[in-house]
Amino acid sequence: MATIQVDIVSAEEQIFSGEAHMVYAPAVMGEIGVAPRHTPLISPLKPGEVRLDMGDGKEEFFFISGGIIEVQPHLVTVLSDTAIRAHDLDEAAALEAQKRAEDALADQQSDLDVAKAKAELAAAAAQVAAIKKLKKK
Amino acid sequence: MAGGKEIKTKIASVQNTQKITAAMEMVAASKMRKAQDQMFATRPYADRIAKVVSHVASSNTEYQHPFLIERELKRAGIVAVATDRGLCGGLNTNMFKKALNHIGELDEKGIEIEVVTFGNKAQGFFKRIGAKIVATATHLGDTPEIAQVIGPVQTLLKAYMAGEIDAIYLIGNEFVNTMTQAPKMVRLVPVEPAPDENYAHHWDYIYEPGSKEVLDQVLERYIESLVYQAIVENVACEMAARMIAMKNATENAGAMIDELNLIYNRERQAGITQEISEIVGGAAAV
Repeated sequence: MATIQVDIVSAEEQIFSGEAHMVYAPAVMGEIGVAPRHTPLISPLKPGEVRLDMGDGKEEFFFISGGIIEVQPHLVTVLSDTAIRAHDLDEAAALEAQKRAEDALADQQSDLDVAKAKAELAAAAAQVAAIKKLKKK
Repeated sequence: MAGGKEIKTKIASVQNTQKITAAMEMVAASKMRKAQDQMFATRPYADRIAKVVSHVASSNTEYQHPFLIERELKRAGIVAVATDRGLCGGLNTNMFKKALNHIGELDEKGIEIEVVTFGNKAQGFFKRIGAKIVATATHLGDTPEIAQVIGPVQTLLKAYMAGEIDAIYLIGNEFVNTMTQAPKMVRLVPVEPAPDENYAHHWDYIYEPGSKEVLDQVLERYIESLVYQAIVENVACEMAARMIAMKNATENAGAMIDELNLIYNRERQAGITQEISEIVGGAAAV
């Protein structure tokens, strides 16, 4: 029986790579089954289970908290999310990051001063150079 | 000249410092290996999603995503990735210099910037130069998680979608090898997809539920993965840079101890010589 290459990866690591007879994944429009030589397809995934039919009645399961499935005739890629994602959760995370910035900047006074910053960096670089010279002596 | 006791104390203090720097060097070396492993572990996802994006970008869908369209540059967003802690040589300084050059260029053209910072040092630096920081994340640790990246990146992406900024740049450090780390800058948005070698076939995906929903998610994940990769790479850079810095510090401490020992012995010798000459002088007088 024909097989199809399956790669399951998350942003943090590779989870699975190998051949399977059939792939079942929880696409947003409902569960899909992908057999070898499936037409190219791309779809977001819901949190759920990716099931691989390994042949001989053997199966492998992977839990994913959402992601994207990309199907090509001989290759299925599951780009899995490791974090739980939802629009309002993302929004909350964004607001939190903004709040952190506001807190950190509470006592910031001046406007962007590129020239001054460059001068400071140059001074720091000169210091390093001077220390290096001293060391060589 | 300092007395013998003071020199002894000084030597002991330098020796203590040397012990600390030697320990830090070893810790950094082992952490660097882990960070490198994590860096390689993120590659498959980044490679796969980059391929999907390059294909999606070169195929003709009915929906053109804003992330793929060039706009006139009036305001720019910058994602700056630096370390949380210091004692890592010139790593952050070099990166800031690169960032400043770029900001200076934009500034001359009258382009305003918004900054998202990762790491304490980046936050401190951009705050000090008075840049507008719209979002920040610190204390990412030695094994950053993608969850820490989502919020800050969303802030800029939302601003881009709302038309408040017209481009997003990413500045961080590139891990060339253990001895060399180089600051690098890439443009995140508008996305510059790599040419797709399969494009000749003119095939396109079936998009489920629709090309807009799919593209939104794919491009968002793509940009997040680029930022996440930069952060993981920066951890590897930080550890490598710290290892080298601490190695140098340990060597310098060793040289200093040798020198102090020499001074101490000379001092001791001078004392003995003086005593002998005093005794001889005294004996001669009698």
